Amino acid sequence: MRRTTEPRELRRRENGAAKEAAAPKAEAERYPLFRLLAEDGAGAPAESPLADGELLSLYRWMVLSRQLDERMVAMQRQGRIGFYIGAIGEEATVLGTAAGMQPGDWIFPCYREHAAALYRGMPMAALFCDMLGNAADLMLGHQMPCHEAWRPGHYASISSPIGTQIPQAVGAAWAARIKGEEMVSLVYFGEGATSSNDFHTGLNFAGVHKVPTVFVCRNNGWAISVPRERQTASETIAQKAVAYGIAGERVDGNDLLAVVAATRRARARAAAGEGPTLLECVTYRLEGHSTSDDPKAYRPVELVEPWRKKDPLTRLRRHLTERGLLAEAGDQKLLAEVKEEILAAIKQAEAADPKPPLETLIQGVYAEPMWQQREQLEEVRAAIALDPRVANPRHQS
Amino acid sequence: MPVLNIIQAVNDALKLEMRRDPSVVVLGEDVGRFGGVFRATTGLHEEFGPDRAMDTPLAESGIIGTAVGMALYGLKPVPEIQFADFIFPAMDQIVNEVAKYRYRSGGQWSCPMVIRSPYGGGIRGGHYHSQSPETHFIHTPGLKVVVPATPEDAKGLLTSAIRDPDPVLFLEPKRVYRAARGEVPEGEYLVPLGKARVTRAGHQVTLIAWGAMWHEADQAAREAEAEGIDVEVLDLRSLQPLDVEAIEHSVLKTGRAVVVHEAPRTCGFGAEISALIQERCFLHLEAPVLRVTGLDTPFPYTLENEYLPRAPRILQALRRTVTF
Repeated sequence: MRRTTEPRELRRRENGAAKEAAAPKAEAERYPLFRLLAEDGAGAPAESPLADGELLSLYRWMVLSRQLDERMVAMQRQGRIGFYIGAIGEEATVLGTAAGMQPGDWIFPCYREHAAALYRGMPMAALFCDMLGNAADLMLGHQMPCHEAWRPGHYASISSPIGTQIPQAVGAAWAARIKGEEMVSLVYFGEGATSSNDFHTGLNFAGVHKVPTVFVCRNNGWAISVPRERQTASETIAQKAVAYGIAGERVDGNDLLAVVAATRRARARAAAGEGPTLLECVTYRLEGHSTSDDPKAYRPVELVEPWRKKDPLTRLRRHLTERGLLAEAGDQKLLAEVKEEILAAIKQAEAADPKPPLETLIQGVYAEPMWQQREQLEEVRAAIALDPRVANPRHQS
Repeated sequence: MPVLNIIQAVNDALKLEMRRDPSVVVLGEDVGRFGGVFRATTGLHEEFGPDRAMDTPLAESGIIGTAVGMALYGLKPVPEIQFADFIFPAMDQIVNEVAKYRYRSGGQWSCPMVIRSPYGGGIRGGHYHSQSPETHFIHTPGLKVVVPATPEDAKGLLTSAIRDPDPVLFLEPKRVYRAARGEVPEGEYLVPLGKARVTRAGHQVTLIAWGAMWHEADQAAREAEAEGIDVEVLDLRSLQPLDVEAIEHSVLKTGRAVVVHEAPRTCGFGAEISALIQERCFLHLEAPVLRVTGLDTPFPYTLENEYLPRAPRILQALRRTVTF
């Protein structure tokens, strides 16, 4: 095929990632990376938005998030759960943003923010029941693992399709304003979602109507195999805010202190009627997209190593140690406590019947099942009575 | 002949067509360097370069919308939608643009492309990785809809789809992506669109299926044989164009029919087939046409075996129809 166009610009960007980092250009300067704690966690932070107790508590949440992810991946490998998608390396972004909001604010999750669900009060055993899709699962075994919802904590239901939650978060905050209530919505998405129709729609609606929403882009660098440079030609995600006439901020997503401070600022603006903020949290997906892929197939290990050194947990641990809040012995005790807590919750969850009752097949389709669902349920029930293989995964002879 | 699975057969067809016709390009999420999340486009980026195996940003409407422009400008795009469940952001582009371009321009342009997408359940994927959305597209005049069940047909049908003058939605049965293995002819190999395949001859009842459920139908037919029920199995392969003659020919002989699909029953393609049979074979029917299908609910996660119309349920329907 005769080539009529040279995608030079694309090649330049693909080859020029390193150069880009070395010489930040105009937009990166307009949206500087907000950071309070040094990359290695050493020294005093520029400011500290968190009291000692809050800081220690959030550190514990981050530890819990990490251990949760590691344990779930191991369980998936053992065949005890079907799938897992976690937030290893993104803990400061997830917990810093959750902690920067108020308890009555609604959270519209993507699918990596399980720790935020727990932070909002979802019992850990309930989360594990969702992973197992068992008889005690609040989602009635309807959803894949990692698609939890927790209404008491204003943590909305998760969808796999990308970006759909963005305009929904805008709608919820808009509704709160219409009803005269002070509620700011927080919505999570990855940088991949900034390509979606719903990203555009959500930010545009929010800008036009000055809706109190905090848009949190977990820029973890990768959408499965596609790196950020091939997702968008923008130098930063934050600068996209300009086009929508809203505030944009770029924050070091591995710096818990900075994430909390930036989220609080964004929330305050929203609550004051000054409109939404696009908050770009720059972090890194240290592992694969999910348990379904091996990142070695598309991502050189050398790219990951520098980010392992910027692990948000290591960074915060150093800060806490220097601040005199955490000693080695205390840390070991905390790690052990969290491990016990997780194991106990898994045990509790695994005690439930592995399968939800057959009626759950037709529950929640409509407020009340129609004749079709009722009839079809009875068909399945009768079919199982005739031949138990209908309910058995291995029926092949 | 080499033994391939469906992914390898798809990959083989893509490679051969890309070598044969320089206008054929693939595009989609993760299809370039990575070779696709199911690895169906492995090696295309290396062999044909980034202008013919393109990673796109994450936006299905963008993938199909740009494919429309490419098709109008003389390329033959083969966009991939990573899971059929994710096709809906592109619904407007597919239903209102791809399907209608020839019609609305009075034939000045056409919009030939092959939209490849893995579909179907039984992989513990829940409702966002298990749906069978074929009916939406069969119901959209201007689109062809093809669903292979075997590696051989995957290659032959995909090759024909790429050479077809009309847009084709090519739904790949991901439940048997790797499990279905079989001999696949080397080199150029075409299976015409619109021709069903009688995979088992019989005289007592016609069992109609396609894609992943054809494997279940085949299994049920074997079990039925052991019970003395003689089943003729039809793999439709192409849902639009539909080989209505093959259905008619078989049912006129057997007088009985069972249709299997994993999509929900209401307005599922089984309803259309059932209507066609009663219109064309009414006086020859010995029993009502039965449908063994998914439920009129979203696809469940834990109870997916109960939901899927697998061999044991199909066998029960075969018994019911022959004893009617």
